[in-house]
Amino acid sequence: MIRSDRVFGLATIVVALGYILSATTIEQPIFPDPLGPTFFPYLIAAGAILASLTMILRPDAEPSWPAARSLFGIALSVAVMVGYALTLKPLGFLIPTAVAAGMISYLIGPRVVPAILTGLGLSGGLFLIFKYALGLGLVAVPKGWLG
Amino acid sequence: MELLSNLAIGFEVALSWHTLMLAVVGCFLGTIIGALPGLGPSNGVAILIPLAFSLGLDATAALVLMTSVYYGAMYGGRISSILLNIPGDEPALMTTLDGYPMAKAGRAGDALVISGVASFVGAFLATIGLMLLAPTLARVAYLFGPAEYFALYLLAFCTLGGLASNNQAKAALAACIGLGIAMVGQDTSGTPRFVHGNLHLLDGIDFLVAIVGLFAVSEVFFFIESHGKNTAIGVKLGKIRIPVKDIVDSTWTMLRSTVIGFIAGVLPGAGASLGSFLAYTGEKAMGRDKDSYGRGNPKGVAAPEAGNNAAAGGALVPMLTLGVPGSGTTAVLLALLMTLDITPGPTLFTEKPEVVWGLIASLLIANFVLLFMNVPMVKLFVQILSVPPWVLLPMVTMISFVGIYSLSGSYFDLLLMVVFGILGYICRKLDIPTVPIILGILLGGHMEDALRRAMVLSDGDPSYLFSSGIAIGLWIAAIAGFVAPMFLRKFIRRPDPVED
Repeated sequence: MIRSDRVFGLATIVVALGYILSATTIEQPIFPDPLGPTFFPYLIAAGAILASLTMILRPDAEPSWPAARSLFGIALSVAVMVGYALTLKPLGFLIPTAVAAGMISYLIGPRVVPAILTGLGLSGGLFLIFKYALGLGLVAVPKGWLG
Repeated sequence: MELLSNLAIGFEVALSWHTLMLAVVGCFLGTIIGALPGLGPSNGVAILIPLAFSLGLDATAALVLMTSVYYGAMYGGRISSILLNIPGDEPALMTTLDGYPMAKAGRAGDALVISGVASFVGAFLATIGLMLLAPTLARVAYLFGPAEYFALYLLAFCTLGGLASNNQAKAALAACIGLGIAMVGQDTSGTPRFVHGNLHLLDGIDFLVAIVGLFAVSEVFFFIESHGKNTAIGVKLGKIRIPVKDIVDSTWTMLRSTVIGFIAGVLPGAGASLGSFLAYTGEKAMGRDKDSYGRGNPKGVAAPEAGNNAAAGGALVPMLTLGVPGSGTTAVLLALLMTLDITPGPTLFTEKPEVVWGLIASLLIANFVLLFMNVPMVKLFVQILSVPPWVLLPMVTMISFVGIYSLSGSYFDLLLMVVFGILGYICRKLDIPTVPIILGILLGGHMEDALRRAMVLSDGDPSYLFSSGIAIGLWIAAIAGFVAPMFLRKFIRRPDPVED
């Protein structure tokens, strides 16, 4: 049976090898010290590989992964967060926040009306707090929209 | 006498209106954060740090605000433990064991008052302990050279991995992941590493981005997975009265637990969870009324609360004097100090006495504020427990995003934060502790620097690392801290929470 610990351990080993490969390209400084900029990264990668091998050889019991539906929900929330990160600047605070907060609310407690209200409430409420109580330089909506 | 004049400096800072107000706000927010299930002290402090920055607070003020949040969260953690059988944060787990049975027996109010008083005793005495012990430890820290510091960092990782997790290999891997991330950016000589032409990475990965991602964003994923089913809504609480007899009866319990908790807190990497665990099991083992523990014994709520609050104070000692945090939350506070450009360590006590002593004086005051909030005003915080998760978690997400965005204004950091959220989710699923990752990111640069400077001083001779008594002692402690729990694990297994 495939164990999650083994998959994760194997993935870390691949990353650690890539890390070592990338460390070989680090340029040496003009005034080098005995260890230089590459020794510690090599040491860390070696430690990571050793720990990963232990995980592969002696994996723990399998954790309870979520059912496909929950996993889809988490994936969807990641998409929402990425979308939020990319739209926060061009679209201003209010609209992306209402959409993102509403969708995450829906993913936790799947009822439409409370989710919409949560989105709208958080968007407006947090804007007032951030802008006026904390003095953050947030833009409500893009400038051109208000004419 | 030196102590008194230092305290005078501290109270001068702490008793200004501005600082007092920040302490009260911090205590209030902290208690809320602690009480809400799924929003522990490290989470809460992490998402508030970026906002504290955007307020443009000076170092002392920011530190007072955030440590008040930290202390408040430690007090507040007990509220949902007692009322809902869900620990508001990890150290409050032990409080569910007797707190929830008391609540079921209709004594929720008594349990809240006793644990509130116990929290006060633990935290207040620990703050005094911090005041007495920190300057002494700071003087010892003057003897530390790069070899000693390298061994000390190693000790922090080893004890953290040894005690705080169930699997040494996973803790070690977590530390390596953190250290590996810390290497991204420029090293001490200005050489870029692992940047691959990405300008965003040249300054390194901001530890706040990692912390908020690993703690707060991953929590959102957990709530989506469970659909927030682990929360109960609509708690009833009768009239609050002071159970004088129970408090008097548990006086010695509180004092003993405070000592145990404080010592557990001072040990680097051990932290508040261990403090409350040892305090509870110690009291249970010593008590003549062993059988009543786990069934609603008032001493069973007094012990872990005094223990974990004392540990919270104790954990500040190594953080302030040596720059090595004793717990997850103090790691987050260390991130705050580093972002404020304050280097913790012995020089902090001589060069910036107003920061250290202002903080200590504020904490002494904060404890009285917290006692007031958590005993007479506790009903207010009980109301807050009824905020449903489908409002709370979107709010946490939005605060996290805006906080990080206000720091850097770059969408790259936001995307990085989501990546750390996914990493945090996977790690927590696989029982890989996330605190060593944070510690690695925070300390990686310092640890490498200590090693490289040691090798410069010794001209590349590795035996220099073991050339002093302090260094050898730290190495032995580190190895023992990592290896010993493998054999002791059988004996120090945590009890499971009580079933309904």
